[in-house]
Amino acid sequence: MTHALEIKALRKDFGKTSIIRGIDLAVRRGERVAIIGPNGAGKSTLFNLVSGRITPTSGEVFLNDSRIDGLRPYDIYRRGLARSFQITNVFANLSAFENLRCGTLWSLGYGYSFWRFLSDMRDANERAEVILEQIGLSRKRDVAASSLTYAEQRALEIGLTIAGGQDVILLDEPTAGMSRTETERFVELIRKVTEGKTLLTVEHDMSVVFGLADRIAVIVYGEVIAFDTPEAVRADARVQEAYLGSPLAMTSAGH
Amino acid sequence: MGFSWSEIERSFWGRAIIWLAFAAGLGIAPLLFRSGIAMTILSQAGYVIIICLSYNILFGQGGMLSFGHAVYTGFGALIAMHAMRMAGDSGGWSVPLPLIPLVGGLAGGFMAVLFGYVTTKKSGITFAMITLGLGELVAAMSLMFPGFFGGEAGVKADRVYGEPLFGFDFGPQIQVYYLIAIYCVVCTALMYAFTCTPLGRLLNATRDNPERVEFIGYSTQRVRYLAFIVSGFFAGIGGGLAAINFEIINAGDSLSIAQSGSFLLFTFLGGASFFVGPIIGGIMLVLASVLLSDLTSAWLLYIGLFFVLMVMYVPGGVASLIATNVAVVHSGKASRLIVPYIGLIVASVAALCGLSLLIEMTYHTQFETAKGPVMRFLGATIDTHQSAIWIAAVLYTALVGAFLRFACLRFMSGWEKIQEEMDAAQAIEVRP
Repeated sequence: MTHALEIKALRKDFGKTSIIRGIDLAVRRGERVAIIGPNGAGKSTLFNLVSGRITPTSGEVFLNDSRIDGLRPYDIYRRGLARSFQITNVFANLSAFENLRCGTLWSLGYGYSFWRFLSDMRDANERAEVILEQIGLSRKRDVAASSLTYAEQRALEIGLTIAGGQDVILLDEPTAGMSRTETERFVELIRKVTEGKTLLTVEHDMSVVFGLADRIAVIVYGEVIAFDTPEAVRADARVQEAYLGSPLAMTSAGH
Repeated sequence: MGFSWSEIERSFWGRAIIWLAFAAGLGIAPLLFRSGIAMTILSQAGYVIIICLSYNILFGQGGMLSFGHAVYTGFGALIAMHAMRMAGDSGGWSVPLPLIPLVGGLAGGFMAVLFGYVTTKKSGITFAMITLGLGELVAAMSLMFPGFFGGEAGVKADRVYGEPLFGFDFGPQIQVYYLIAIYCVVCTALMYAFTCTPLGRLLNATRDNPERVEFIGYSTQRVRYLAFIVSGFFAGIGGGLAAINFEIINAGDSLSIAQSGSFLLFTFLGGASFFVGPIIGGIMLVLASVLLSDLTSAWLLYIGLFFVLMVMYVPGGVASLIATNVAVVHSGKASRLIVPYIGLIVASVAALCGLSLLIEMTYHTQFETAKGPVMRFLGATIDTHQSAIWIAAVLYTALVGAFLRFACLRFMSGWEKIQEEMDAAQAIEVRP
């Protein structure tokens, strides 16, 4: 069992339009993979297919060698895959702490119980506090998620994704809409909280991509045109032509 | 808000004092209010509080807009009534009266298991529509099976049966009241406890963002279904207590959409986003249906008006009104609002007098012609055949209406300024 996540001949058609046109991707355990590509290439759709938000038209997805394509999102989560969203997707009226505690409950085995108090669940409370500390929101512990700043909400989004301790993490544009300094801080945060986990991230910021990723997958028109180390991808002529335009663009942010 | 729930949750004594005060209040209420009508109100309030709280598990805590809550209270009441009737007939072993509400609870819970499986498959508007459809269906069914549902005459039973328990035979209303009060405290405590459990919190999460709940390992359908059953159980207990209280149940009324609507209306008026909101709402429901309906035959019109005004100006309900005002007092800026508040209250009362005079005169001429042209209003005798009185009433109402508008604007500008200042102060407080 060397691959944490394996995608085989995955396709997704919406009507007559093919969005994902046969993707094969095998991600090794503990690897950090960045997925890049122009707008509309199908990066987010790929994440939605893998995490169960939408079902594939054909093809297979394996998580730790067991097949997960077509399963419900909560089934996929229970098998060890968690994801974040491009547009912040947290529980608006719950406090930062309550958000994170909700994220720990399934993994700690509390299920749907209504005969035990949350305040007595020491492991869930401690874990929520630890993550709160990690994502730098201890000060905002009891503030409703909707009252947090944008950057704080993005941090909470990551926190909620890692709260259950799943070992495969999908982050959909975690740094979208952030300033340069915020992005740098955020990349550090992502690196820290995904220590020892398998990470896939969709990213537009090239400095983030080349700083964080072990390997880079380039998706163009629903196909993977390159999947290799940052150096090899940087040198790949097809990538330069199809996506990056010129070698100069590689160092600048944007798309 | 001037306080945070987590603070109260953490403070054991804070919680203990609130609960003791609640229980003590219910305990001494009959000693303070001794009239017969007070007994009626207190008894009804006890179980209506349970029902409104159970409704709020769906509405406020789970974001499920149900139009069919009366199905679960109604079935609880019906089955409890049949259990009482059977107990009275058999003479042998039977369910003791204090446990009859639990029979109602199980009936309500059972119906929720049955119907909830269908309704909770969907959320949002679809959920609301299915509950509406099922509510109509059950109400229509109640006419098809008069044997079980009692038909026009209703189902009757005597609550006094079997041997007295510790000397209580539950004949006198005061004994029934205390039975209701005990159930009220226990059920309220249990429903509060529910909000502090994983399922309770996941229900809030499902309300806020169902999609994300599925990505933290939970089936939102399962969360909604389980909460629906819990809600149905407590609704059934409320129904069972109603059965004991009245000893007669008219299925057509108690299963009706109108009944469901009143639970929704008053839970909203009380304040769905606060745990205490439905308690306030339940008390208001009983006061309105007992006192207001006695005062005027146009009482539903006044409730409708009140509801519209609340939805427009205080969408958080009475509980939020209290909470925001407590916060203003805490901020020490309340003194600036005293004059605008007095203006607002005087103008409101004056406008209400004018408006209700017009409403009462219209009602009197339209529906109470048999009583002649003369009616009484706030101690005054009014001849509705005089056109001068109509002109005066309209002019007065228009005048105080303008005054009210001015008082409102003045109050709102002061209120909004204080809210802005408080927001700014809070932002500084949390900044590192």
